[in-house]
Amino acid sequence: MIAYIGKRLLMSIPVVWGVVTLAFLSVHLLPGDPAEVMLSQWGGSAANIAQLRRELGLDQSFGGQYVRYWAALLRGDLGRSLFTNIPVARSIMDYLPDTIELATAAIVMATVWGVSLGVLAATTSRPWIDIVCMTVSAIGVSMPVFWSGLLLILLFSSILHWLPASGQGGLQHLILPASALGFASTGAIAQVIRNSMLDILGQGYITVARAKGLTPREVITGHVLRNTLISGMTVIGLQFGYLLAGTVITETVFSRQGLGRLLVDAILWKDFPIVQGAILVIALMYISINLLTDVVYAVIDPRIRYE
Amino acid sequence: MKARLPLRTVVGCVGLMLLVTVALGAPLLAPHDPLAMRLEDQLQPPNGIHWLGTDLFGRDVFTRVLYGGRVSLRVGIVSVGIALLPGLIIGSLAGFYRRMLDALLMRFIDTMLAFPGLLLALSIIAVLGPGLTHAMIAIGLAGVPRYARLVRASVLAVREMSFVEAAIATGCKNGHIILRHILPNILGPVVALTALDVGMAILNASGLSFLGLGAQPPEPEWGLMLSEGRGYLLQAPWMMLAPGLMIFVTVLTINLFGDGLRDVLDPYAAEQAGAP
Repeated sequence: MIAYIGKRLLMSIPVVWGVVTLAFLSVHLLPGDPAEVMLSQWGGSAANIAQLRRELGLDQSFGGQYVRYWAALLRGDLGRSLFTNIPVARSIMDYLPDTIELATAAIVMATVWGVSLGVLAATTSRPWIDIVCMTVSAIGVSMPVFWSGLLLILLFSSILHWLPASGQGGLQHLILPASALGFASTGAIAQVIRNSMLDILGQGYITVARAKGLTPREVITGHVLRNTLISGMTVIGLQFGYLLAGTVITETVFSRQGLGRLLVDAILWKDFPIVQGAILVIALMYISINLLTDVVYAVIDPRIRYE
Repeated sequence: MKARLPLRTVVGCVGLMLLVTVALGAPLLAPHDPLAMRLEDQLQPPNGIHWLGTDLFGRDVFTRVLYGGRVSLRVGIVSVGIALLPGLIIGSLAGFYRRMLDALLMRFIDTMLAFPGLLLALSIIAVLGPGLTHAMIAIGLAGVPRYARLVRASVLAVREMSFVEAAIATGCKNGHIILRHILPNILGPVVALTALDVGMAILNASGLSFLGLGAQPPEPEWGLMLSEGRGYLLQAPWMMLAPGLMIFVTVLTINLFGDGLRDVLDPYAAEQAGAP
């Protein structure tokens, strides 16, 4: 087990190195002089531009900059915002909890709905539940989250006045954005759960379980669900990663603060230190979630570890 | 034996034909000019002259929705084209030559896959700057890894077949073998992915436009129209209802069509995805 986790951790090192390098290179891929591009929105003078070039270390050699970037990163230093001069790491830490809260609420919602729908579709012989399951998943992947979000706001806050349309706060501020965001994943999860349950129900050991006289309920809870969990975990982990990226749009729709909005605003303002930092943090979180999914996968399914 | 197409595939095909016709025929079908502003007509509810009402600048929403179809279909096709070519090249090189080249290219592809697709597109936009063309490039480049992986896997499988061995034995050049013998045999799954990806690209591009990073005003783009309408949800809900519905219907139609295409072209993947 430890060996497997160690191997998996080792495998993610080159990916993390690649992600950091890409984030570093992004500034150097800017068309023209990076310092000039960054200040173009702001109309900086030649002296400002020269100063910024010095501050960002752009006057040093390419290799020197790369080493400096890594050294700063390992100290947790992501630079400072070009406009507010606040350390990027501090802004990110301020906004990160909001984004994690939203993504977590959305995946919990998607999991509860998706698993219930998938299990229902696989275990009942009523064809209409199957149709509902397929329809939800077809609608889920085709529905733009910014439209479903606006529809929810229109219905539940503008017309019915049940829930607030925007901002942070308690649970009631979370319900609408989490539903809009989570809906996209509900169908995908339901679909995978349904297919994998149907697959398992056809296996020989299920016939054996039935033959030894277990009730249908015992067969489902004792044999089918446990095995469904394996493919379920994978899809939920994968969807959690997508949802993390999806928060970028959802936060704008619901005017919530968070990492996604920080990133979008920074792109519009060409505040590159923030863009770099936010992209790096989201990508690292995505990698960690994938890593965690693989580890949990190995815990539930011993076959993976011994491969 | 005559195979019967499933209902959803038929719906997808007919819907797609309808969408393309409307998009191409927009100049003939549209009752107004999509960019003409008439401030005295602003925020009118749907009526006999303006079937879907007007926006903040008095522009006809119905006309703009029709023209929006042209923008979205173009965005979908162009971005997928941008993803396809490098994906084909990287994937066939890695799959055909294997060893070092394969390892090198695939590590690079794995790094790109460490970013969720939308985030990769956002980082590319951050470098290029906002704009619809840049959004198409960003979404296209963000899609390259998927194609590279699919093409590589298919090439690896086809490469072992006896007709490729025969081609090598008769002394064909490598380029000839890839283009003439291998690529035609892997096109099925690639085309199927392409069709599904067009819908995804349209969805992502409209999302970027909604954020202000894609199409810029006054372009009649559905995502942009939605973001213009979000400040007037109660006063003028028609501003966001029609463009949102169009994005949804277009993507749904393309997905239904793409699923049907995949069932025909790539039965193995279809089985994996749980299609009947």
